[in-house]
Amino acid sequence: MRKVFLPHTPEELWEVLRAEPQAAVYAGGTDLLVKLRQCLVDPSCLVCLERIEELKGVQEFGHEVFIGACSTHAYLLANPIIRSNFPVLTRALELLGSPPIRNMGTIGGNICTASPAADSLPPLYVLEAEVEIRSKNTSRRMALKEFIQGPGKTSLQPGEIVSGIWVKKTPGYNLHHFEKVGQRKALAISIASLAGLLRASEKGVIEEARFAWGSVGPTIITSPEVEKALVGNRLSRPILEKAACLARSAVDPIDDIRASGEYRRLVSGNLMVRLLTLQREVCH
Amino acid sequence: MKISFTLNGKANQIDVPSDRRVIDILREDLNLTGTKEGCSGGECGACTILVDGESRLACLMLAAQLEGRSVTTIEGIASEDRLHPLQEAFVEHGAVQCGFCIPGMVLSAVDLLQRNPNPTRMEIRQGLSGNLCRCTGYQKIVDAVKAAALKMK
Repeated sequence: MRKVFLPHTPEELWEVLRAEPQAAVYAGGTDLLVKLRQCLVDPSCLVCLERIEELKGVQEFGHEVFIGACSTHAYLLANPIIRSNFPVLTRALELLGSPPIRNMGTIGGNICTASPAADSLPPLYVLEAEVEIRSKNTSRRMALKEFIQGPGKTSLQPGEIVSGIWVKKTPGYNLHHFEKVGQRKALAISIASLAGLLRASEKGVIEEARFAWGSVGPTIITSPEVEKALVGNRLSRPILEKAACLARSAVDPIDDIRASGEYRRLVSGNLMVRLLTLQREVCH
Repeated sequence: MKISFTLNGKANQIDVPSDRRVIDILREDLNLTGTKEGCSGGECGACTILVDGESRLACLMLAAQLEGRSVTTIEGIASEDRLHPLQEAFVEHGAVQCGFCIPGMVLSAVDLLQRNPNPTRMEIRQGLSGNLCRCTGYQKIVDAVKAAALKMK
């Protein structure tokens, strides 16, 4: 039997973490409790963050938005600040898991589990998100892409939690894209995914582009080469086929129970070609 | 650990290990076997319950998290003398075969209709996308939810 602590304030949390350095921390439990059941982890006790109100919610600070780490995916999907400012994140959260999973799972949990297949990560990478990390006496911000170090690995130290995510608004970008490929339309861990944020001129010429691929490397993959290949061009099939080739060189997928590396590499490129659907949005 | 929560409208107090899974508390300690265990890992929805009105998975929730919450299981949605309109619709439309997915399916539908009282068939499918059924092919389940939504307006 393991004791489960349910702190209601950050102060109670720091006290528990001090007393129990081997504790496993969770919010929704949709990852940790599965691993616990499979005996993949063996913490001394559990700490559930779900009652700490300070860790929830969305706040606007001018051109930046702060997302509390214990905000559930369902909460974020219903939040007007998220929906209007970050369609790329909204689209990914709509496809994450299933309705009850979204009612329980949190964005902080998705980040800290740091699965290469996490659906919130490609959008957060293209949004150049930063995590806020807090302990009893410290608070720091760090680029998400540096915070995540490998599959299941982050730079969280004992006594620290991710308290939230800082995301800058992207008013210039007018094309928002997220697509994931999986074995079914819901309850599917991604086999490959692509988040894209683009700025196109009135004539449809791409001026800026940011992409991030999920599930095709030890962490989220980004590629300046692919982005450069699109800038100055319209989203035509020849350009996207060229970008697809570059994407296939950028990714680093493995074989696992869901798909082969070869398939994932192929699909990583195909996901670029599917951006042709976006071209229709740009045409006036 | 002593835990106080509301269960199907009635105040309840239990004394269980704080890491006991809610599904085990419901099925084994409280004899409410309507909530089913399918996959034990959040991927099938058979254990769906409502917590403070929102669908959650009882296999991924621990006893300590019940404190102060209001829980509804399938046993709690009928009234004294009548089934819930969703239950009636499931029966009328032949949406039940083996029955194993049904409690979770019905509770997910309750949550869905609370948020969206007039869903399209696509929205029903998305709303129930966390509940797997191996028997029916889902068509009659969607029919039943659509019919219940009309009745419940």
